[in-house]
Amino acid sequence: MAYIPMFGVIVAFKNYRYDKGILGSDWIGFKNFEFLFKSETAFRITRNTVLYNLGYMAVTTICALAVAILLNEISKKWLKIYQTSMILPFFLSWVVVSYITNAFLDHQNGFLNGWLAAMGFEKVQWYFNAKYWPFILNIVHLWKAIGFSALVYYAGILGIDAELYEAARIDGAKRWQMVTNITIPQLTPLIIILLILSIGNMFRGDFGLHFFIPNNSGMTYSTTDIIDTYIYRALSEVGDISMASAVGLYQSFVGFVLVVTANYTVRKINDENSLF
Amino acid sequence: MHAQRQKIMWSPLLIHLLFIGITLSMLIPFLIVVIISLSDEQSILHHGFRIIPDKFTLLSYTYFLKTPDTILNAYGVTITVAIVGTLTSLILTSTLGYTLSRRDYGLQRVTSFYVFFTMLFNGGLVPFYILMTQVLHLKDTIWALIVPGLLSPFYVLIMKGFMAKIPIEIIESAKMEGASEWRIYAQLILPLSKPALATLGLFILFNFWNEWFNALLFINNEKLVPLQLLLVRALSSLDIITSRPEFLQAGINLDMSQFPKTSAKFAVVVLSAGPMLLVFPFFQRFFVQGLTIGAIKG
Repeated sequence: MAYIPMFGVIVAFKNYRYDKGILGSDWIGFKNFEFLFKSETAFRITRNTVLYNLGYMAVTTICALAVAILLNEISKKWLKIYQTSMILPFFLSWVVVSYITNAFLDHQNGFLNGWLAAMGFEKVQWYFNAKYWPFILNIVHLWKAIGFSALVYYAGILGIDAELYEAARIDGAKRWQMVTNITIPQLTPLIIILLILSIGNMFRGDFGLHFFIPNNSGMTYSTTDIIDTYIYRALSEVGDISMASAVGLYQSFVGFVLVVTANYTVRKINDENSLF
Repeated sequence: MHAQRQKIMWSPLLIHLLFIGITLSMLIPFLIVVIISLSDEQSILHHGFRIIPDKFTLLSYTYFLKTPDTILNAYGVTITVAIVGTLTSLILTSTLGYTLSRRDYGLQRVTSFYVFFTMLFNGGLVPFYILMTQVLHLKDTIWALIVPGLLSPFYVLIMKGFMAKIPIEIIESAKMEGASEWRIYAQLILPLSKPALATLGLFILFNFWNEWFNALLFINNEKLVPLQLLLVRALSSLDIITSRPEFLQAGINLDMSQFPKTSAKFAVVVLSAGPMLLVFPFFQRFFVQGLTIGAIKG
């Protein structure tokens, strides 16, 4: 049942016309793909999607790990307050987050420009300038994701056998040594599984993040456009179903190859850490 | 010895300071949204957003109170979708997860792979769109908001991981006593899976509450606009809220030129995100517990 929608994939190999329908449209083989890869768009959206996902992966994993390890060092009472406040953004939709971002970045009214002006700097047209967006998107993503990731890693830390720490304490290990010699190695399988999952999704960008946060501003497409937003625009603004479908299939196919390869590599190195 | 003692004194304080910093950076944006929704429009026009505006006003909220139809309608859609969706989704996720968790189920590996494969590979947006509009004919129905979110393979796997840890001996002994499969599921497995159900339920609830993508694709009917889509539309203009006939009628005694455009947008943000953020702390206990148990195995 779940694969009935896959039927629509054949649209990618056709010159789709509404009047002829899916089955009636003419076959054109790989023309849609050819057109896509000859344009610069394919390179740009692929590069953006992959680089952003790598960035999110690296930044969030490192920060969340650090937070989880530090959470483990403090008393339970405070832990709850910190955890609750950190997870709150995770439960907001990107639309809501985009309003919050807008409160900071708005050209006229935004806080950032207000502060820049107050300190005697030039105001910045954030939504018209492509070069700022890699930073903005990474910060926004971290803000939303860190609480949840940290909780996952913290749960992993709680699962580590307490005897390991006990033994280390008897051997006179310092806290930092326990972190590097026990906590991080014990968390490695969890980190690897999460990384495999995100590598499989490396070709699947976060539509909400890249569509709403930059306000779908055409001036920033060079650094904010990803495969998903491109497909959406191809579909909703241009109405090119075959092209959108071709891009979608390309995305799914490469993503599939990626996750299988990643899993295979991990299994080669260490069988226990692999996903399937 | 002296240095050692100082270290013990200082590091927790530093950690706490760091976390207080993080906590503030998480909470201040929320505060800012509330403040903007309460700011006077003239003050925003002259000075931009301010942490302490010249003038506080409830005007943007009173507009919605006087003509509550749009907001109330959106609340109605969102709440219906959230409740129907979450309950149905929990039933589907738990039955499928339970089936996959039974080691004595012959096709366990095949079925698991079948579910898992959907996480790795799909046709993308276009086949999905065609399926929804031309095969299932769900465009402009409330089901367009519910059906796509019903079953997430990832949640099924989490559920399966949790249920697989329930000892099979319990199931076997219940069978010996003559309990049917359905009874085992309803009276044994479900109560034992409460933490997982609560955690996933919370996730699913938030997913439905925050759903805007399917609404953006499939909803044109004004009566079916959920809160998030209202927000998406208000992002470009407030017309969706102000051009409704009820509003224009009420506009007779409301001066539309005075309409607090900016703060009204942020008032919609507060109204749409607020309820869930109030619900969240009550669930948090289950949430952390469920995730802690589920995540260890990964």
